[in-house]
Amino acid sequence: MGKIWSYNPGLPCAEPEIVEKETDILLVGGGMACCGAAVEAVRWAKPAGLRVTLVDKAALERSGAVAMGLSAINTYIGENKPDDYVRMVRCDLMGIIREDLSFDVGRHVDDTVHCFEEWGLPIWKKTDDGKTLDGAEAKAKGLTLKSGAKPVRSGRWQIMINGESYKCIVAEAAKNAMEQLGENGEILERVFIVRPLMDANEPNRCCGGVGFSVRENKLYIIKAKATLIATGGAVNIFRPRSVGEGQGRAWYPVWNPGSGYAMCAMSGAKLVLMENRFVPARFKDGYGPVGAWFLLFKARASNAFDEDYIAKHKGELEKFKPYSEASVIGTCLRNHAMLIEMKEGRGPIYIHTEWALQEAMKNMDKKQFKKLEAEAWEDFLDMCVTQAGLWACLNIEPEKVPSEIMPTEPYFLGSHAGCAGAWCCGPDEDWVPDQYKEPWKEIGIYNRMTTVKGMFCAGDTVGACGHKFSSGAHVEGRIAAKAMVKFCLDNKDYTPTPKEDPEALKKEIYAPWYRFEQYKEATTAYEINPNYLLPKQIQTRLMKLMDEYVAGIATYYQTNKVMLERGLELLNMLKEDMQLAAARDLHELMRAWENIHRVWTAELHLRHVLFREETRYPGYYYRADFPELNEAEWRCFTLSRYNPESGEWEMEKFPYVQIIPDPLGP
Amino acid sequence: MPSYVNPEKCDGCKGGEKTACMYICPNDLMILDTEAMKAYNQEPDQCWECYSCVKICPQGAISVRHYADFAPLNGTCQPMRGTTDIMWTIKFRNGVVKRFKFPIRTTPEGEADPTVGKPDPDLSAVGDNRLFTQVADNVTPAVPEAVAWK
Repeated sequence: MGKIWSYNPGLPCAEPEIVEKETDILLVGGGMACCGAAVEAVRWAKPAGLRVTLVDKAALERSGAVAMGLSAINTYIGENKPDDYVRMVRCDLMGIIREDLSFDVGRHVDDTVHCFEEWGLPIWKKTDDGKTLDGAEAKAKGLTLKSGAKPVRSGRWQIMINGESYKCIVAEAAKNAMEQLGENGEILERVFIVRPLMDANEPNRCCGGVGFSVRENKLYIIKAKATLIATGGAVNIFRPRSVGEGQGRAWYPVWNPGSGYAMCAMSGAKLVLMENRFVPARFKDGYGPVGAWFLLFKARASNAFDEDYIAKHKGELEKFKPYSEASVIGTCLRNHAMLIEMKEGRGPIYIHTEWALQEAMKNMDKKQFKKLEAEAWEDFLDMCVTQAGLWACLNIEPEKVPSEIMPTEPYFLGSHAGCAGAWCCGPDEDWVPDQYKEPWKEIGIYNRMTTVKGMFCAGDTVGACGHKFSSGAHVEGRIAAKAMVKFCLDNKDYTPTPKEDPEALKKEIYAPWYRFEQYKEATTAYEINPNYLLPKQIQTRLMKLMDEYVAGIATYYQTNKVMLERGLELLNMLKEDMQLAAARDLHELMRAWENIHRVWTAELHLRHVLFREETRYPGYYYRADFPELNEAEWRCFTLSRYNPESGEWEMEKFPYVQIIPDPLGP
Repeated sequence: MPSYVNPEKCDGCKGGEKTACMYICPNDLMILDTEAMKAYNQEPDQCWECYSCVKICPQGAISVRHYADFAPLNGTCQPMRGTTDIMWTIKFRNGVVKRFKFPIRTTPEGEADPTVGKPDPDLSAVGDNRLFTQVADNVTPAVPEAVAWK
């Protein structure tokens, strides 16, 4: 019997029981988008007599990107126009977004924020005499957004909240909604859907999802008329800056392995702009948010010698006009200026919290300053406790000393300031150009449906529609859910018929455990066995090769065609080895499948970076062999499709259509 | 080690129907050792320090020792989460202590009404672009002020 080396055994694996279920609407995920989908789906499903099933890998109360909480809602239109929201998103994402999708989010998002407030989320308010009230004080005075009270804006689109329990509140509304469906509504927690089920009779049709419980040995085969893939973004695809236990301190949630991108790709759905990544510049190591510090507290950043690096590199940034000329310079361009300073040896980069707070102190009495200090700490404690802890560990009092900021390892997401994801249908309205409807004419024009019939996306999985953030993801879930109800009603006679039989699915999904059982006696130490790799070993190899070949931190985010092609060769060998993954327990079985999703996401990214022969997102990554922006040839979408029959990848350009007139930015 | 469990305080939630930290961890890290009846973090390098386990533990048995990669020892953040507020105690490595209290919700726990008081919509509206709240309030969603491609 092998020796267990540095291993705490998780819940044991055993031969799984097969559980087959049938529903109308399957919601895969549990974050903001899925909770929004549940709330909206139930309202329409109830009168329509439809069944809704929500499946979350974790516990709804604290799952998804908002699990820890948030200190701001980053998308609230309020006194602005949705047209200007689209301009802001377009400019920050370097000119290529689906303006129909973004506008759709912009025109509906405030409704969802008003729901949050009604459900109990405390939202800061500004009184007529300019005072700031926290969300509880405001509520006691009867001040609500819906009745016209003014929120506290940290930026043009952001509002401040007391958001420690943001996710608990939003999840509670979703749970209460699902309960109202009675026996037609079911929430399955701790069930990890690992891939969509495809229809036996129609090759391009999704008929549900398959996965397993991470608590008991059960395989779930859930047949559905319409399936929403509303999982999170992708984290730890690249080697992170902290490689010990600190790799858990990812900027985006460490439990997001790109499941949605992988599930879309493996079913043959088209993905868009998967070259787009997000490299946030954040407080070094703790990855605490900088938004409130820059926007609300008016902190400035500098290189080691107090120089304003954005102003310093104005000339360099002009190479990327018109995006460098907008009223707010694009996020990637600000990174670009920062990286020049770091590469040329003028780091560290500082955020001057001390200048900002000392400036603020001049016009404040002691009590007012105490309140400001509490607001500054709450910004971290609501959403990134580690950063508060790190300040305590490093004896940093922000009113006295500056803090370092640093660009992180790359992340993939469709909700925050990135736009990787599935190629989805938009609203069927006359202001939406025909080009954006054409791809769906055959399978049906349903808002947020992918190019696979019956498979929908929302939140991080929707591509070319970034800057939705928490509120936008929630409302996008609602938009998708309503379209899914329509889809179910239009397909009343459809019976989902998966093409694989349950036994084959069991063999495929439990394969890593079967492999472990088969080979565990071939070694005296479980972790070193020539017959398999453990999930952690696969992930470490993936992160290393992505870092070194696909523009990670090791090369200051630079790559070229030769590096990418070599990276792809190595990735293909990793894919072969991944067939030999082993899992010792249920927790590792979850990790094994998460890494399958990571590798799919990595391949999508690599192929897109290889395809786009320009540098569209300087500061996020550089094609060193095509260092310039090429508006004439590349201001277009890039689409990829994995052909499930042939195993080949197909890449194409798709024209961008401007809907909202100039100016470029708001 | 990110979150860790104080064995003197942890009772394995033996009086409850579930192990609270194991129930809540978004990354499936907390697990109950059923022999010792103590919980532990089974994969500390995948811990986000989200504090969900710390906040939910009925015994106050869970704390965080910040990431060894970059955090010098002895700075701590410890919360006490109630039904309407959360209290934080921040202890610096050099002994400085700060305390903060913030609201967390303005309604009683469990009472978030998903309908926000609106009636269920008429199914005849399922094909248009209004969410159920907008159908109830008779709101017409915006369209762009001007369209560039037309």
